[in-house]
Amino acid sequence: MTMIFYFIFFGFFVSVTAGLLISWIDRKVTARLQYRVGPPILQPFTDIVKLLGKELLLPKGASKITFLFSPILGIISIMIVTTLLWLVNIWPQKTFFGDLIVVLYFLVLPSLGIILGGFASRNPLASIGASREMKLVMAYELPFILAVFVPVAKSGLSIKLGEIISYQSAYGAFISNWSGVLSFIVILFCVQAKLGLVPFDMAEAETELAGGALIEYSGPSLAIFKLTKAMMLFVLPYFIVILFLGGFNFNGLAAVRSLLGFVAIIVLIIVIRNTNPRLRVDQALRFFWGPMTILAILALVLAGRGL
Amino acid sequence: MSIKLKALLKSPWVFHLSTGSCNNCDIEILDCLTPRFDIERFGMVLVGSIRHADVLVCTGSVNRKCIPRIKEIYEQAPKPVIVVAIGECSLSRGMFINSYNCPVPLDKIIPVDVYIPGCPPKPEAIIAGIAKAIEKIKANANKK
Ligand code: SF4
Repeated sequence: MTMIFYFIFFGFFVSVTAGLLISWIDRKVTARLQYRVGPPILQPFTDIVKLLGKELLLPKGASKITFLFSPILGIISIMIVTTLLWLVNIWPQKTFFGDLIVVLYFLVLPSLGIILGGFASRNPLASIGASREMKLVMAYELPFILAVFVPVAKSGLSIKLGEIISYQSAYGAFISNWSGVLSFIVILFCVQAKLGLVPFDMAEAETELAGGALIEYSGPSLAIFKLTKAMMLFVLPYFIVILFLGGFNFNGLAAVRSLLGFVAIIVLIIVIRNTNPRLRVDQALRFFWGPMTILAILALVLAGRGL
Repeated sequence: MSIKLKALLKSPWVFHLSTGSCNNCDIEILDCLTPRFDIERFGMVLVGSIRHADVLVCTGSVNRKCIPRIKEIYEQAPKPVIVVAIGECSLSRGMFINSYNCPVPLDKIIPVDVYIPGCPPKPEAIIAGIAKAIEKIKANANKK
């Protein structure tokens, strides 16, 4: 029973509210950078409510079950990840063995949902978007996992998130040394790609693919995709905070510091998004398998030498 | 007023359909997105797919090639949808009124909610027209 409460409260309400607020910050900062005024603070909430009230259309010839199931796949997996991360952060002792691996697996599922939904909707543009998303997933997964292994290696090869957090609260955050900084950079770019933000938004490419994989989604199903996106905007920076800054700290001055770290990560993501053009998918692949993988391996070697 | 309608009026997403315009109206619509006018203040966003849209913005003289496509696009839009006709061409065919290729104005094909005249209308006029439409829909909903 308590598990269900955690799932609904931490997994859904907290992350949805935080995620929608962050997506408002994102839109507002983008607008300010372009000398515009930007939307009011409740705008993302209004968008979701409006989409929930609209008609749900099924494209002709689409495979219905996959089409309607794939948004739900994404949101459920993100809810599980959020619940896990909150529980780990609040009670670092209570974690199970290998929860890091579980989180890594569940973080792939939203992209998988987009791919499945794109292919199921029987639209040529959606198929192109989905195939681009697939290539992008293959591109960023390798450096992402390599970079995630750096905190693992530094905390004495433990794949428990709780132990990573308690190690950092005992010996200082991992970002404070070289291997931590390098893998932080790698993970920041991978998160950018996971979020599907510019420069890695070729799967959704508003200007050439007109919405890409999501082109046929309308009404409530689109709302679920937007919610998933917003929640990821909260969950992925939170994941970085846990891996590199030692998680959220809830007492006194440390709480302010971890909040500042979280905000800094989000601001970095927004600035990268606003200062770059969209890459082609082959450029993104080269970027991730070239410089990013090399950086991640370098960070792993450094971590092995205890730097 | 129901919460559904309130949310719809606060975040209308716009799909832009050109039915054979001279491109000038389209440029004026894009002007609304620029820093000077910035319609994102009102929650309006330009979307690329009709499935995401709440407002169908039509420009141009409706020519014969376009008529079946306009009908199809209108049917593909998730309801409720507001149709806005922009420019003299789509209102009354403007200077193409005697053309063999423009048989009827837009509102003979799909129901139009807002008419914004001008050749092309200024961005101020477009924003004012849409604001008036929102007021009208609100007043109608309150009367019921
Ligand atoms: S109304 Fe005027 S500006 Fe607009 S499409 Fe027609 S001719 Fe061009």
